Amino acid sequence: MKDTALFHKPMTETLTQHPYIEDFLTSFGLVVKPDTNSLQHYLDNLDPDNLEDLGISKDQLCQSLDDFLTGMLALSDPMDKVEALTIIGGHDKSGNAEELELTLKPGEVICIVGPTGSGKSRLLADIEWVAQGDTPTKRKILINNQVPDSKWRFSTEHKLVAQLSQNMNFVMDLSAEEFIRMHAESRLVTDPEEKVAQILQQANELAGEQFAPDTPVTSLSGGQSRALMIADMAILSKSPIALIDEIENAGIDRKKALDLLIKEEKIILMATHDPILALMGDRRLVIKNGGIHKIIESSAAERKNLVSLEELDNKLLALRNRIRTGDTLENI
Amino acid sequence: MRFLTISGPPSSGKTSVILRVIESLQDRKKKIGVVKFDCLLTDDDKLYAKKGVLVKKGLSGALCPDHYFVSNIESCVTWGHENGCEYLISESAGLCNRCSPHIKEITAVCVIDNLSGIGTPKKIGPMLKSADIVVITKGDIVSQAEREVFASRVKQVNPGAIIMNVNGITGQGAFELTSLFEDASDIETLKGKVLRFSMPSALCSYCLGETRIGEEHQTGNIRKMEI
Repeated sequence: MKDTALFHKPMTETLTQHPYIEDFLTSFGLVVKPDTNSLQHYLDNLDPDNLEDLGISKDQLCQSLDDFLTGMLALSDPMDKVEALTIIGGHDKSGNAEELELTLKPGEVICIVGPTGSGKSRLLADIEWVAQGDTPTKRKILINNQVPDSKWRFSTEHKLVAQLSQNMNFVMDLSAEEFIRMHAESRLVTDPEEKVAQILQQANELAGEQFAPDTPVTSLSGGQSRALMIADMAILSKSPIALIDEIENAGIDRKKALDLLIKEEKIILMATHDPILALMGDRRLVIKNGGIHKIIESSAAERKNLVSLEELDNKLLALRNRIRTGDTLENI
Repeated sequence: MRFLTISGPPSSGKTSVILRVIESLQDRKKKIGVVKFDCLLTDDDKLYAKKGVLVKKGLSGALCPDHYFVSNIESCVTWGHENGCEYLISESAGLCNRCSPHIKEITAVCVIDNLSGIGTPKKIGPMLKSADIVVITKGDIVSQAEREVFASRVKQVNPGAIIMNVNGITGQGAFELTSLFEDASDIETLKGKVLRFSMPSALCSYCLGETRIGEEHQTGNIRKMEI
């Protein structure tokens, strides 16, 4: 416990400075009526019978509060800087050695390609788990050229990796604004309202179709959900590594989305089969039979083709919009 | 023998998670036993048997399921030990949210799913709040941000626990969870152990089979609402 003083200040003061303490206590079913008595006084005077009904003992409550405050205070600690992420090869599903040592730097975009079941997810999972030869692939992951502290594995405050999965469904009964605010509060950002407004604005710039802050998250379209999640990841997430599982084609400006993430100086790994996204990457890792089979650097010729691919894409997008607005496609 | 208690609300994915962990433990050539506690009926014991693990099934029937659990778990542990299990897993559902099978010094796991609603973590009592490891399932159905918001709600009520996402269908995360099982409590018997928290009690006429409604039929430990 780092800040014992807050246990002895008047509750009114403590709860104004650390509003999450009230949330913590009420989530155990306790009633909080702040007065000039201290938090310690409050804890000492809890009714044991009431605690028994709520299914918690005083010792356990105090221990949990201690753990909770340690976690919350850690949120405001600066995140360790990741300058380099190194993947040291293990072996593929047949046991063939994966002879490589690959170092990735912030601002780089690496695409991961390969058929379903080839092992793309396992590679992403190895990075998230900061594998040390203890996963089926026997890969090793170094951070800043060193074996990282195992705290990365379970830390919820300082997650090494933020993941953007293909699935963008929501089941929570909240509006877009409420949802993002709740997410911002869970990250304990200093100016949640400003961040929420920023994310909603950014998401609307990425999405093909605009949405209002009070739109329920469950009624956002696929493109709007993706736009919201990408803006959320770019602005809220402090994780230095972003793993993206395919940004689908529909209803979102993919180039703008990727640019937004790169701007935040993250290392980006993206599983994709989309030619435009693949060429926007610096390198492509080709996965075959569970191993990294080949590394392709995006060549100058490929980059040149990117221009015509984008033209093609814009043309398709324009046609899509015409269909949407009820136009015919007799002349294209 | 490593022994763990795994609990969680009904349909949260306990059996699927355990099956994925069993596969991962079998890759490591471990001998495993599972004790499945349920109320009326379960076929999960067949799923476990199909994996080739030792399995015992206990149905509580007309008794309180967690009271039934605690009256039987000691002999189940002895059974696992005598049969040479290297891992013994007990699976039970926490049905009233106030019950918990977790035992002091025995690794306690709670399985809860992303679809159960943002308010659910605080509604669950010691089963979640006193667990050492909280496994969150069905993450493939929701977005990353929703997973994070849900996990932060779990963290709020159990800040000391290790929180992990595991996909019971694809097995994603099961390997990592299994690594934690390797450090689980190592015991031979439950003699002298105590529950992490007392179980809810009732000793009233309805416990003894009374079915009639009305003040005159209520005796024993009765509590009244303020109306």
